[in-house]
Amino acid sequence: MVRLDKPAEESAQSEAPALPVPGFRIDKRAADAIVWLLLLTMPFWLNWIGGYTQLGTRVVILALAAMSLNFLLGYTGVLSFGHAAYFGLGGYGVGLTLKYLVPNTLVGMGVGIVAAIVAAAIIGALIVRLRGIYFAMVTIAFGQVFYFIAYRWNNVTGGDDGLSGWHRLPINLGFTQIDILHNKLAFYYVVLFCFAVSVGIMALLLRSPFGRTLLAIRENERRARFLGIPVDRHIWLSWLISCTFCSLAGTLYALLNNFSDPHDLHWEQSGNFVIMAVLGGMRSFWGPLIGAGIFIVLEDYISSRTENWESFIGLFFVLVVLFFPRGVLGVIRRRTTQ
Amino acid sequence: MTQLILYNVFNGLIIGAFYALMALGLSLILNLSGVINFAHGGFLAVGGYLAFTLEPYIGFWGGLLLSPFLTAAIGLIIERLLIRRLYGRDPLYSLLLTFGLAFMFEDGTRFIWGPATLPFTVPDWLSSPLSGQFFFLTGYRLFMVLLVTATVIALFVILSRTRVGMRIRAGTLDLETVSVLGVNVRILRNINFGLGIYLAGLAGVLAAGMLGLQPTIGSDLIMPSFVAIIIGGLGSLPGTLLGGLLIGVASGVTSVFFPSASEAVIYVMMGLVLLVRPRGLLGEEGRF
Repeated sequence: MVRLDKPAEESAQSEAPALPVPGFRIDKRAADAIVWLLLLTMPFWLNWIGGYTQLGTRVVILALAAMSLNFLLGYTGVLSFGHAAYFGLGGYGVGLTLKYLVPNTLVGMGVGIVAAIVAAAIIGALIVRLRGIYFAMVTIAFGQVFYFIAYRWNNVTGGDDGLSGWHRLPINLGFTQIDILHNKLAFYYVVLFCFAVSVGIMALLLRSPFGRTLLAIRENERRARFLGIPVDRHIWLSWLISCTFCSLAGTLYALLNNFSDPHDLHWEQSGNFVIMAVLGGMRSFWGPLIGAGIFIVLEDYISSRTENWESFIGLFFVLVVLFFPRGVLGVIRRRTTQ
Repeated sequence: MTQLILYNVFNGLIIGAFYALMALGLSLILNLSGVINFAHGGFLAVGGYLAFTLEPYIGFWGGLLLSPFLTAAIGLIIERLLIRRLYGRDPLYSLLLTFGLAFMFEDGTRFIWGPATLPFTVPDWLSSPLSGQFFFLTGYRLFMVLLVTATVIALFVILSRTRVGMRIRAGTLDLETVSVLGVNVRILRNINFGLGIYLAGLAGVLAAGMLGLQPTIGSDLIMPSFVAIIIGGLGSLPGTLLGGLLIGVASGVTSVFFPSASEAVIYVMMGLVLLVRPRGLLGEEGRF
């Protein structure tokens, strides 16, 4: 699909060669430390600057979703526009389990994630040979299947109103109990723990030979294929990993709201994940986290101010694409390397 | 029972004709410019609402005639100002841009015309049933089928007989060569975008007459159009047409036996097509 027009100089794709390692140019370890420090202390400084703990929890959860999408988008170079399906499947999995089956938060999360993995494995096998714009279109369309199921299967999923009538339950670890239901702070740290584990695994994967192979596929798929790399299988695995962590985020999000929302399955949500990744910087490991932070705070602010917040969000999309396609970290990196 | 099935098949064909009309516009833009136009549904809504606003002054026929052109004009401006900047970049960016536009269109129509469903009146002689036995066969539905057929034929004639049409088709195959041969590709893409949006606007007016007008009318219709393109095969306009009609009939027939699955069935079809023939029914090998 590469056509004439402007040379690709401007596109984000070409800036990559010299940065195989996820993370920051300036000083990676210092940046990592700052990020973790900020996340660990977030409930304390967030209230102080006018936020609230739940807002912080939301940022962390959606950041996890956006970072897992970016595993595919930024590091494998595959454009998925349908990640909300797996996010929402996680949410409905935990909701349905807690409401109808087992009153256990961890089991519910497990069910949600397994459901998403199964769906992602099947759909992934169907689409893994498609590329670029075709891949994007098919992921968008497949994403809607689960939306329609949730929307139409009224007596089980609650249809358009969503699945309510359940709430998260304290996590019983055997030796102690974490009361995530009443203690917002405890829930934040449980979420942060899940975030840390997931992000850690993704970072390790990206540093492994497997992750390097993904980067190679992103940079030059044909050459990777000639080198004997089973490209389709790698993309399928990357897709599966990405969807798995996205569904974990989905379970946490449903737990946060005590509600499974059909809107979480809708393609609008998929678009939000992509814009978070782009806004923060797709080529940076922490980019989507920053993007999620900006996006959610902005959405929270605008939707409390005006009824027409959708227009502003739409305008925001347009402005980011036209004037800020590299994202926050992309711009910073460019400044520091020049 | 026969009548019920017949009714739903016919209904499905009409819905399919819609999907096809919309998907053809999407396909045109996608093939030549590599842009997935998420805002296509928004343009459809604008077409319908403009016809609604113009109707008191110029009547149904005036609205039907004029509104798609006005919509296309809006499309030309948006292409010129926004979408043109993103050609040749990662498709991610045009996808996000049109995605944002879709938000703005939907919210904008809600802001201007209100969230309630507005009736778009069609002339009396069109809305009455043709015969008592086939009560579902109103003149308007028949008229829609005829108009869509005429439009599709006109489109294919334009593409195969006129100079612009041939350039568009050549451009979808090899834009670089077309450009080297002295065709102004920027203008070609602009015209092509306008043509696609014209089809969306026309679909909008027709949809308004059948379903009434709601701000979400566009986003409800866009996803099936994607499916129509995928089933028919990316890059193939006849395929898109076929895909649209197929999924229309399929969801119509499903709604007889298993109404709650009438939306999901088209995605199952898409899955099957991708499994058996990843390039789509009429898609060419290796193009996408």
